[in-house]
Amino acid sequence: MSAAKSAVRSGGGHDEGDDVGVATGQAVAGTRSVAGTRGPVLGAPLFEYLLRLGDDRLILGHRLSEWCGHGPILEEDIATANMALDLIGQAASLLQLAGEAEGQGRDEDALAYFRDGVLFRNCLMVEQPNGDFGQTMMRQFLFDAFSVLQWEALAQVSHTGVAAIAAKSLKEAKYHLRHSSGWVVRLGDGTAESQARVQRALDSVWRFTGELFGRDAVDDAVAALGIPVDQAAMKSGWDAIVDEVLARATLVRPADGPMQRGGRTGRHTEHLGHLLATMQIVARSHPGARW
Amino acid sequence: MITHERALAAIGTVPDPEVPAISVVELGVVRAVTVSDAGAVTVTITPTYSGCPAMFEIERDIRTALEDAGASRVEVRTVLSPAWTTDWMGPEAREKLRAYGIAPPGRAEQDGLITLTRARPPVACPFCGSHETELRSEFGSTACKAIHVCRACQQPFDEFKAI
Repeated sequence: MSAAKSAVRSGGGHDEGDDVGVATGQAVAGTRSVAGTRGPVLGAPLFEYLLRLGDDRLILGHRLSEWCGHGPILEEDIATANMALDLIGQAASLLQLAGEAEGQGRDEDALAYFRDGVLFRNCLMVEQPNGDFGQTMMRQFLFDAFSVLQWEALAQVSHTGVAAIAAKSLKEAKYHLRHSSGWVVRLGDGTAESQARVQRALDSVWRFTGELFGRDAVDDAVAALGIPVDQAAMKSGWDAIVDEVLARATLVRPADGPMQRGGRTGRHTEHLGHLLATMQIVARSHPGARW
Repeated sequence: MITHERALAAIGTVPDPEVPAISVVELGVVRAVTVSDAGAVTVTITPTYSGCPAMFEIERDIRTALEDAGASRVEVRTVLSPAWTTDWMGPEAREKLRAYGIAPPGRAEQDGLITLTRARPPVACPFCGSHETELRSEFGSTACKAIHVCRACQQPFDEFKAI
């Protein structure tokens, strides 16, 4: 997995602006450095956009599945597994659509199991290790709030494939948000120990929230294809949810410092490679196997 | 030669693999059935949850039931839109769920964001009918269920979640 190793070496991408070139013709498989451009050249916009949507769910779903058998209580073991199942199901629909958009004959399994780290387009937040249960639920809450707003917006777009997945996934995301926000309140407004730990979790994950609302050439290009999303409106909706829940949880919203970015263009933190090694090994060890 | 009526009847015998008290038709996942002059049947289904692992079994069981009923060829298509809702389950299916020990779903929420402040109304116990119940777990043995416990008769029970 040399590509994954190079992703590890490059480390987490710091905010370098959104300097992204977009191939206008045929899909370009993967990230290439092209003379004259600072940023990576990505594939066709729709393919790239669907990978971003799908990879967020796939990687977060895998992280949640790591709790299976390790939940702090039986109910939460079941809850994390159920949420993982929803997210991986959403990812399957999105990656199937991505494969169709790419037109190279790759299905959702090929895209999930036979892509290296630099070709993943998930945000950095979802690939971070789970930490304790409070860290997992804080990350889940911040993502769920984003996800509900994203699905609400996408359910209205004229691209029928995306709108259908969004309308379906929205119901699931709302249920997840209710669950994760309930835990943020319970832990934040809980004991001194639980409050301190979930506040630390919030402080440490905050640097990854800026990437959720980034806008680049891919977003502009898919807007022209019938998938316009108002990132600024999403951000203010997200701020309102986050502020309400954090207030109820007696937690302090961190100041916006430097934000970590890079996942959307394949510059990941070291954690993604390790996650993929676990997630992909069975499929790669037995290519073409059916079970 | 299989008729449209026979095809519908055959699919009506296929139980939901995870909640066998009701059929896949009563569950609302069967969206359309067409039969060609040559006896080829096309069934359109929609998943309950995005990651529902029972969809593979449902597709296989529908195929088998139709082939047993004389279909010359069976095609099962999956569509996502319109998204499945528990509101498609009729009164008969709901009563079958209750008799099976699963509280049937309430009305699906049509509004925007759920707020933390609004408490969910208590779910009636499918065993004793009491509303003195409490939510024990928002997620249950399958994607479509939550777990409650009845304070009146002390019985834990599943609820079919309204979505």
